[in-house]
Amino acid sequence: MKHIKTLNTRDYRKSTVKGGCGECQTSCQSACKTSCTVGNQSCENKNR
Amino acid sequence: MSVNTMVHEYKNNGFNIVLDVNSGAVHITDDIVYDLIPLMEQDIDASDEVLFERLNGKYKAEDIREAAEEIRELKETGALYTPDSFETYVDSFTKGKLEHPVIKALCLHIAHDCNLRCKYCFAEEGEYHGRRALMSCEVGMRALDFLIENSGARKNLEVDFFGGEPTMNFEVVKKLVEYGRSREKETGKNFRFTLTTNGMLLTDEILDFANKEMHNLVLSIDGRKEVNDRMRPTAGGKGSYDVILPRFIKAAESRGQTDYYVRGTYTHYNTDFAKDVLHLHDMGFEQISVEPVVCDPKEPYALREEDVPVLLEQYDILAKEIIRRRKEGRFINFFHFMIDLEGGPCVAKRLSGCGAGCEYLAVTPWGDLYPCHQFVGEERFLLGNVYDGITEKEIPREFGSANVYTKPECRECFAKFYCSGGCMANSYHATGNINGNYSIGCELQRKRIECAIMIKAALADNGG
Repeated sequence: MKHIKTLNTRDYRKSTVKGGCGECQTSCQSACKTSCTVGNQSCENKNR
Repeated sequence: MSVNTMVHEYKNNGFNIVLDVNSGAVHITDDIVYDLIPLMEQDIDASDEVLFERLNGKYKAEDIREAAEEIRELKETGALYTPDSFETYVDSFTKGKLEHPVIKALCLHIAHDCNLRCKYCFAEEGEYHGRRALMSCEVGMRALDFLIENSGARKNLEVDFFGGEPTMNFEVVKKLVEYGRSREKETGKNFRFTLTTNGMLLTDEILDFANKEMHNLVLSIDGRKEVNDRMRPTAGGKGSYDVILPRFIKAAESRGQTDYYVRGTYTHYNTDFAKDVLHLHDMGFEQISVEPVVCDPKEPYALREEDVPVLLEQYDILAKEIIRRRKEGRFINFFHFMIDLEGGPCVAKRLSGCGAGCEYLAVTPWGDLYPCHQFVGEERFLLGNVYDGITEKEIPREFGSANVYTKPECRECFAKFYCSGGCMANSYHATGNINGNYSIGCELQRKRIECAIMIKAALADNGG
């Protein structure tokens, strides 16, 4: 496209198909302990 | 056109950035597209003439036609004007979670005692509104058994050795790691241990042990010496910076600059906190987390509404400097600017809250269970203990039911897929309700997300 550059992202809707396995890190355990950020975490579902 | 689409547009550091909130798509656009997207949201088939008129002749008709076509193409491919279809999904996901609860992480309060007197400490010098105490091996082992027993099919189990200051009871930490490891094979579990420490007792022996056993190491330091020492004095009133800095540098290097964070808190006293982040980088740390203080708004160091514009600008300053340093080949990772656009979590994780009170619990030295470390000592939230399990069943139900759709402000917020509704302890402390919103925290969170995505755009522009 000439006017738009799209970054590669994960489509949320597709993630509902095999999502919710829960193997990912608990939000608060990483470093924060006073906030909640999930966008920075990596999916650990190997079958997604 | 569905009414529940959500597009968030913003300009930052010369980029026009468009988030299609409900698909997660991120677009970098020129000015024509940026101006057209809001106009076409309710009228995707608007004629070229109408669009030309609405833009007051700002662009050439031919350019408008071309840009509008690209916008329609994005919509066709499901990357723009995507309706929100997740509320029912989250409901069914939540229902399943409540019917079959799984606990996967514990914050073990190894010591309700501390050798620092940090002024903003929510643990009140380690005591958490209670008494000084050290966790015994017996309580800790029972906590690990409790975690294993309640973790269902979950393989990865997280245990944070927290305090107070956990190195004040480090023999117990070592024994608990040994015990956890001894149970991994028979149970098929994998423990990921984290140690959060203020560094005052971080000996080579402890560091060697941590490097062998700890999945992550969180090292508490606030930044510049004067900033750190004002808020993080010893019991005798001396600063801690000179003691901890060399130890932390050694720790970061011995871990190959990965799987650790130096973690600081900024307050009303250092609203120029970008300098603290950059100071930590200048001192040799690559993994840095510096976060807003959470405290009673009456405290003199509490962040105030009038601080917010300054803090937002600080994030912009920091983002630009991080890009500059990264482009120079000087790696720096700021925790709150981390964002994984391609490999990030599924939507269930994104919408269903932080996990406190249901999949994540805090354990006091004597084995009591609370929804998270920030609720410890608040008797209304006492869930049970590691021996009898969760006896107050309504509390996990209350926490497990909270998601971005139960929080009115989150529903309307573009950031909901990145923060998952935010910290429930912050919400509770600010509003008295875990479904409330801590408005200052939300404003800062939105800014961090905007900066994080801008950084992705800038680095992509530079070939990654």
